[in-house]
Amino acid sequence: MKKIEAIIKPFKLDEVKEALMGLGIQGMTVSEVKGFGRQRGHKEVFRGAEYRIDFVPKVKVEIVVDSFVLNEAMTLIQEKARTGSIGDGKIFVSPIEQAIRIRTGESGKDAL
Amino acid sequence: MFNMHKKRSWLFFLGVLILVGVALEAYAGDPTGAETLKKDPGAPVDYVWILVCAFLVMFMQPGFALVEAGFCRAKNAINLMMKNLMDFVAGSLVFFAVGYALMMGKDWHTLIGISGWFLHGDAYDVHTYLIWIFQVVFAATAATIVSGAVAERIKFPVYLFYSAVVSAIIYPIYGHWVWGGGWLSKLPFGVGAVDFAGSGIVHAMGGFIGLAGAMALGARIGKYDDKGKVKPIVGHNIPMAALGVFILWFGWFGFNPGSTLSAHELRISVIAVNTNLAAAAGALAALIFMKLKLGNWDLGMTLNGALAGLVAVTAPCAWVEAWAAVVIGLIAGILVCLSVLSLDKLHIDDPVGAVSVHGINGIWGVISVGLFADGTYGNYTTKAPYVKGLFYGGGADQLLAQLISAGVCIAWAFLMGWITFRVAKAVFGGIRVSAEEEAEGLDYGEHGGNAYPDFVVSSYQQH
Repeated sequence: MKKIEAIIKPFKLDEVKEALMGLGIQGMTVSEVKGFGRQRGHKEVFRGAEYRIDFVPKVKVEIVVDSFVLNEAMTLIQEKARTGSIGDGKIFVSPIEQAIRIRTGESGKDAL
Repeated sequence: MFNMHKKRSWLFFLGVLILVGVALEAYAGDPTGAETLKKDPGAPVDYVWILVCAFLVMFMQPGFALVEAGFCRAKNAINLMMKNLMDFVAGSLVFFAVGYALMMGKDWHTLIGISGWFLHGDAYDVHTYLIWIFQVVFAATAATIVSGAVAERIKFPVYLFYSAVVSAIIYPIYGHWVWGGGWLSKLPFGVGAVDFAGSGIVHAMGGFIGLAGAMALGARIGKYDDKGKVKPIVGHNIPMAALGVFILWFGWFGFNPGSTLSAHELRISVIAVNTNLAAAAGALAALIFMKLKLGNWDLGMTLNGALAGLVAVTAPCAWVEAWAAVVIGLIAGILVCLSVLSLDKLHIDDPVGAVSVHGINGIWGVISVGLFADGTYGNYTTKAPYVKGLFYGGGADQLLAQLISAGVCIAWAFLMGWITFRVAKAVFGGIRVSAEEEAEGLDYGEHGGNAYPDFVVSSYQQH
């Protein structure tokens, strides 16, 4: 099992979600996050004065998948979340040791 | 400390009351209104007009509350709502006790009014009460303007203290000089200084007391960095501020047209049109100015521009033609932008732009009467002598009266404001909350609460 954490532009969430559901993903966790990468924030204006936003709002999508769909899921996310301009985000992958469905006690891949 | 001061002032007020009560000539008021109605069967339409307008002006209080809270941070929202509530509370009570008498009472040597204390005795009269309700909402407006300039760092008791002083003394005395038959209204130039609905009396007064307050307090922590560069402290709710401006614009239709104090003055339609046009022109000028300066269509400054136009047209609205109202508004919209940028260069921190909107443009409004008055409207009446400005062949006379009145307004507001904040500093042991409290927010520090308890904090700025 692998966990994919994708930090993407908030308005790309729907497209990514639809694509992943099409792949048969059973669940995902989404959080509103803020941060910066090479984009290093952007400028905004308040009552006649410019200021820098260092932490730009993004959405973090977390899904845990069976290893054999990992590559396909990553490709889909990259394809759907991409606009080609700076600030499209990143995808991180890490191994998952165990998963348990609380209601039934199922574990491992059955719990996904 | 605060209580002691209150006690002393009460004794003083009572003393004044007794002295004046003895000195008063005896003629009875008309508390039922029956005689007033008999003498003037047209009175009801005037009464309804003035009351409706007074209620509209009262509705500007929530307008100010929303603008100020929206332009400031979430951690100070309770504090700003509380301040806007309390200046109307304190203002109503002190204006009832002394302010009204000082302003509109029987004139004493063209300096102050001296009758109508506590709306008692002869002042117990339907007409006096009518004028009182219209005047009290103006007095509270002057006090509430200050609250924006001192936002996010002033101690709450200090705020209560100075808003009482503004409504009881500072505002009524200058008000008497212009509206109560005082010396400025009797200047030997033109018809004497005039100010139709209070660009100077209400707005510049509030604005320059606010300037004194902002300077006495110093800038909010984090507003200027080590090199003196401005670091904007962003407001937490721009739609709230925008709603506030819409409400103020709406309330202004009571503020200006109501100031005829009569529905029989059909000039009210001219006044309403001028009020609206100046607001529109002010907003447009600020919008374009900021687009050229920063490249964005900046809502915050455009809102300030609309308010600037409204403030500026408040003095001239009865004496000018529509095109002049547009010009006055356009200039106001540019003035407010220049003023906001200059105050920041001087490191005077005015969180919502109160000094620029109300102070600078209040003065511009007073002066503009001397330029654009077209000689079709008289001294607050349709009858001659008419007020004529420089551009209509009236010469510089009226302009001179207006300039004197504007200068006196700035000096009086700023000096009295400065003295009030100095006194408050001594009485309350400082006027500013601690640095820790400022960082944590006045909502928790002063009021033990949080305006948005169910929301996650999303700004972790130190300041």
